[in-house]
Amino acid sequence: MTAVTAQGRQRESLGEFFLRAPAAGPALALVLAMIVFSLSTSRFLELDNLSLMVNQALVVGTLALGQTLIILTAGIDLSNASAMVLATLIMAKLFAGGMPGVFALIIGVLVAVGIGLVIGSLVTKVKLPPFIVTLGFFTMLTAADKLVASGQAVPVAEHGVLTWLGSQRYLFGGIPVTYGMTVALVMYLVVWYSLTRTAWGKHVYAVGDNAEAARLSGIKVNRTVISVYVVAGMIFGIAAWQALGRIPNADPNAFQLGNLQSITAVVLGGTSLFGGRGSVLGTMVGALIVTVLQSGLSQLGVDSLYQDLATGALVIAAVTVDRLARRKS
Amino acid sequence: MRHRSLLCLLVAATLAATSGCTVERHWGGSTSAGGGGKATIGLVTKTNTNPYFVELRNAAAAAAQAQGADFVALAGQFDGDNDGQVRAIENLMQQGATTILITPNSSTGVLDAIDRARKAGVMVIALDTATDPASAVDATFATDNVAAGRQQGQYVKAALAGATPKLIMIDGTAGSTVDTYRHNGFLEGIGLKDGDPAIVGREPANGDQSTAQQKMENLLQRSSDINAVYTMNEPTARGAFAALQARNLQVVMGSIDGGCQGVENVRDGQYAATVMQFPRKMAEEGVDAAVAYAKTGKKPSGFIDTGSVVITDKPMPGVTSQSTEWGLQNCWGTK
Repeated sequence: MTAVTAQGRQRESLGEFFLRAPAAGPALALVLAMIVFSLSTSRFLELDNLSLMVNQALVVGTLALGQTLIILTAGIDLSNASAMVLATLIMAKLFAGGMPGVFALIIGVLVAVGIGLVIGSLVTKVKLPPFIVTLGFFTMLTAADKLVASGQAVPVAEHGVLTWLGSQRYLFGGIPVTYGMTVALVMYLVVWYSLTRTAWGKHVYAVGDNAEAARLSGIKVNRTVISVYVVAGMIFGIAAWQALGRIPNADPNAFQLGNLQSITAVVLGGTSLFGGRGSVLGTMVGALIVTVLQSGLSQLGVDSLYQDLATGALVIAAVTVDRLARRKS
Repeated sequence: MRHRSLLCLLVAATLAATSGCTVERHWGGSTSAGGGGKATIGLVTKTNTNPYFVELRNAAAAAAQAQGADFVALAGQFDGDNDGQVRAIENLMQQGATTILITPNSSTGVLDAIDRARKAGVMVIALDTATDPASAVDATFATDNVAAGRQQGQYVKAALAGATPKLIMIDGTAGSTVDTYRHNGFLEGIGLKDGDPAIVGREPANGDQSTAQQKMENLLQRSSDINAVYTMNEPTARGAFAALQARNLQVVMGSIDGGCQGVENVRDGQYAATVMQFPRKMAEEGVDAAVAYAKTGKKPSGFIDTGSVVITDKPMPGVTSQSTEWGLQNCWGTK
């Protein structure tokens, strides 16, 4: 795997490169996909199509942002999409009941934060595996979604705070941009900064890499892990806001695959499921890869079942790269 | 370090920004319908795994090919996947569809995207499932599900031959319009009201065979003194039949759909009757309308019922029906 050049041993191996820059591989894949589709379809690179694809990636991309934090601590969240759907239902129902949109929004986000707090506490204080805890929550929340809504979708009738992220479009350098994109970008930047430039971020990586070593070096492991689930919960709450912006209709049957789609984006983005390694920029790219693939293939007229085949194969390829990179180092 | 991946992103962004001429369209196909144009037809089904929607798609594809229209089929990933359907509508608009035929996953979930498509000059026709309000689309080609339910109810009532019904109802997805219409139509046909003591039990099974079997087993655990079963579709009926068979119960069971497997079930005596609907007709009429719209700019409007008919080998007086032999010639799915 070592790149053979004039400098020979001076050059790092590909494996080392991917270890240092986990987002590089996915970014390359994204650029490649873009090139392929722009050559094979006529309208792919038009600005409004690019903006459309970003918009299509918003909800899963936001779910994946929270999922990244959790996976960095070597956890996993199978309940994020059902928690998000619950938040959309609560927001829409409170609003339909006459509560101002702002308060409905805040309460919806707080519910998601509360769920994160409970999950984080169970994972740390009771020492339960995150997979099992969130599997239980996924099951409970899926039922709760249907109970809260008595099986009925709750439309958000008028445009206001709740649908603000999707209802407004303005032109930015000729590109149609929604507030939803702006909010997603800001969130990604904030999380990226927190992970790479603050002590909290270093603790998150340390805990995911080796919890015992982190504890010995004086990091409060439990507190760090709980904080991650709480922050992720808040992000899932904001994902609910994004979802209402995109479709102003809270539907208990929606996003049944959102949990797995968010994990897909994280894995495609080069974040390791073993914890301690990865980046939110990679996740952003991962979420975009899925959308670009779906959109490009559908513009080529490829059956959506083949789109799923391709996405699944990509996931396995991404994990293979991760494995090889680890073995090389 | 990380800068390198940032650089990659930047490269991608500049690539994207500098290439491709752009027309300000704000996510809308620029379509000019009318005036002898060629139809580009997009079909958005609920899923592409259910044989009913596969039949709908194949029929639409064949009709489009026969009429020389371009045809693209997209689908959601599961029942209730509004997000996937909105994505599909957006992508079809990008591809310059002149007409979008859609079986909405939720009667309200995709209205916003439909509205955007119509404002951009795309004709939108709902197939199989109506939107709420119905005026959200240009026209609807579908089975009148109340009528389909009513026919099942009338048949079961006739087959009970005057016996007081002791009924179990296996419903679909709580809150879905199709489910509500069929349920209410059945009660109307059999002459009962919700909450009537003659209804021994009712459970939603989301149209899924194994769920239906489980729900039926649980209901029979509570009381197996029944003589009639309503099911909202054929997978549900098959699940219910497995539970009844395990207890050796003979009841009058009806269903709705008219898939080939369902017709075979009726022929083999798993249930007494099913009410056939005609997805192929919905697809063909939708394609016809799309072609006409591209040529002349004329749109259909309102609800167009594509009909339904009882399929049974035990015809009952007063209930119009066809034999399973006829059913097998007209069913949809794998023959």
